[in-house]
Amino acid sequence: MPKLPLEGIRVLDITVVWAGPYCTQFLGDLGAEVIRIESLNTFVPLGRGPMAHPTEETLKEMAPWTGGTPDRQPGARPWNRYPIFNAHARNKLGMTLDFLRPGGMDIFRRLVEISDVLVENNPTETMERLGISYQLLQEQNPGIIMLRMPAYGNDGAYQNHRAYGLHIEGVIGHTLQRGYADMDPSANTSVLMSDAAAGTQGAFSVMAALHHRRRTGKGQLIELSQAENTMSFLGQSFMDHSMNGRNATTLGNRHPYAVQGCYPCKGHDRWVTITIFDDTDWAAFTQALGNPDWCREERFADPVSRYRHHDDLDRHIGEWTQQLDSNEVMRLLQNAGIAAGPVMDQRDAYADPHLNERGFFEEVYQEDTGTHIYPGIAYKMSETPIRTRRGPLRLGEDNEYVYKTLLNCTDEEYSELETQGHIGMDYPEEIP
Amino acid sequence: MNLPDLALGDVKVLDLTNLVAGPYCTKLLADYGADVIKVEIPGIGDGARRLGPFPGDVPHREKSGLFLHLNTNKQSITLDLKTEAAGSVIKELVKEVDIVVESFRPGTMSQLGLDYESLRSINPTLVMTSISNFGQTGPYKDYRLTDVMVYGMGGEMYSTGIAEREPVKLGVNVLLYQAGATASVATMGALFAAREQGIGQHVDVSIMETQVGSIDRRMSTLIGFQYTGEITGRNPLGGGAGYPFGSTPCSDGYFEVSAGRGYFPRAVSMLGFPSELDDPKWYAPGAQMDMELKQEFDTMLMIWSLERTKAEAWATAQESRVLSAPLNTMDDLSVDPEFNRRGAFSEIAHPVAGTLKYPARPFIMNDSPWSIRRPAPLLGEHNSEVLCRLGYTADDVVRLRQQGVI
Repeated sequence: MPKLPLEGIRVLDITVVWAGPYCTQFLGDLGAEVIRIESLNTFVPLGRGPMAHPTEETLKEMAPWTGGTPDRQPGARPWNRYPIFNAHARNKLGMTLDFLRPGGMDIFRRLVEISDVLVENNPTETMERLGISYQLLQEQNPGIIMLRMPAYGNDGAYQNHRAYGLHIEGVIGHTLQRGYADMDPSANTSVLMSDAAAGTQGAFSVMAALHHRRRTGKGQLIELSQAENTMSFLGQSFMDHSMNGRNATTLGNRHPYAVQGCYPCKGHDRWVTITIFDDTDWAAFTQALGNPDWCREERFADPVSRYRHHDDLDRHIGEWTQQLDSNEVMRLLQNAGIAAGPVMDQRDAYADPHLNERGFFEEVYQEDTGTHIYPGIAYKMSETPIRTRRGPLRLGEDNEYVYKTLLNCTDEEYSELETQGHIGMDYPEEIP
Repeated sequence: MNLPDLALGDVKVLDLTNLVAGPYCTKLLADYGADVIKVEIPGIGDGARRLGPFPGDVPHREKSGLFLHLNTNKQSITLDLKTEAAGSVIKELVKEVDIVVESFRPGTMSQLGLDYESLRSINPTLVMTSISNFGQTGPYKDYRLTDVMVYGMGGEMYSTGIAEREPVKLGVNVLLYQAGATASVATMGALFAAREQGIGQHVDVSIMETQVGSIDRRMSTLIGFQYTGEITGRNPLGGGAGYPFGSTPCSDGYFEVSAGRGYFPRAVSMLGFPSELDDPKWYAPGAQMDMELKQEFDTMLMIWSLERTKAEAWATAQESRVLSAPLNTMDDLSVDPEFNRRGAFSEIAHPVAGTLKYPARPFIMNDSPWSIRRPAPLLGEHNSEVLCRLGYTADDVVRLRQQGVI
């Protein structure tokens, strides 16, 4: 049985919210031993969830994807039950340690000594306040790789600017390039694409550095500005500006030259997206619809004219799709060679025959939430299959292993650290 | 000149990809040091060469902004893969590379006699990454896919936008880049198994699944549904509890703020502690859910923001540590002093397209830097160089050209 690709690599994870944890989840999936370090004495907003100690009433007010604990119950340990955290917490170990309490930094230094990688995504000043720098890490372990993922950069005027992904995307121009074309940006709801981009390319950067270290023996510091990291994804818009001085704006759901839209289907809030590129597509499309009269109108005769009369065409297409189920539209059009697919809500995704046949979902047990079906790994490897080996990490659940097995703490030291508020599995009641 | 020590300087890649997702994956490898040989269709090339933007909007296969951006540091050879002679060239190349990345429709590599098993028999530690719309297996494997569908079927389009309207997609083709980035992670994983354990393997990347497994809300909304049975949909315009939240007009555009609930005091500080906000009603339980109060606050905020540019508003907001952003245009970014000083952009000279400003490194590796060693290749620019290195003579190259193989 081959080993997993990153088996033997130890990663310290002091990340917050989404971008950082998504990065370390990739590394954990691939077999690295990821140790997530959390403090019992601070509850980072949107870290483990909205609140450490919610009442049943406050839980009910929360959106399903942030505070939607199983059956809307807080359970004994609500912080292990939030979707917003459990979405990036598989295949990692959980330990607790408070950098701000006496002895905290000593433990941290000992961890650095025995690790290969450290990942963080905090504001620059937070790290300075803690005294955690690449230099400190190197003193403990010259071969260490440190990935820092600030919102904008670890130097300069924006280094401490506070941001979630949606703000980063505003700054780099994405927000003005998405959303409805006929409404102002106040209709733009939050998207967090840059968290995905940073987490993914952060994982790539760590592996590139590990590869480099294998050849040279040298560790290094990587700085991933989440803003700069995502600019590449808007390459087309940057190049258009560079070439033509153009400011890209949103096209809504439209395509630059094909006919494209999101059309209503039978049922409540059901939608399908369709793209019709050229005359071949158009001929196949009209045939799939049974050649209704409107398809033969002169204004829909060629791609340029179709694009010019896009609004009228959308009305006709919408009248047709409205009579059908969104999956039916997909089947009908895809069988005719046209790009079309339903807009899937969460139930649709779980029920999707394609994802299920490919075994995308995985049944996973976690002690504080029970057994559930989780989204799985976004790629398949033939010889080193990647699976969820461990469910979402519970706060401090691997303290014994980390402190006693890895750091050789005696039982005495261990209980001393417990008393000092470093070790535990529960947030104190004072934390709301 | 001392060559910089490149992170992937000892990695060789054969690139059989097209358009955006595949080329972005191999761009990441190339920009951090890998030798990437890109194979294109003779006379036509990568489909991205036909997509814009073009200078002055005049199509030219060597001037596509999309192609130029996605193919830095790669070499280009042209091969008609349907010919036997091309198959031999590919097999020669497979012997010397670590990684093949391809983005054909599932089954195409087999039809070309280039399926993974055949290639592994030539190079036992070969990594082959296949990037396709829906993966190599399953009922949708032959379906077409566009950027809007990736978001609709895979991602969180259903809850993006407002309840009064249809769901709405993200900007340009960002999700195809995300798919390419995910493929690069999986490819690096496979490279580790190859280098350390001598294991070659086939990596199957479904563009759809790179979204279903994305942290950009879909994994959370799926798990939320699994835990509660509740669907996450779109809110009505201006809906949702907590304020300030969203964008507000400035003298020169828009400014976005998130300072509701626990962060509300930061918003009060941002506005300079106006006496209207001393009123205890703002701090009463339920105040953040009160739509009338929200409106009152938003009006106050708008009066404040309209007196400022978006950059001024951002600077002031950040003094109070308010999560916030100016909604920048490409014009704003191109002159932004911070991003320019930090090197977020790079001027790259290209023999046909000229010197242009490109987005530069996604991240800074201090000891093995991102670098531009060559601009995107001309179509077939490296035919002779690559074939001669493989032992073909100048006469062979002429013959292959005449036969339409290259």
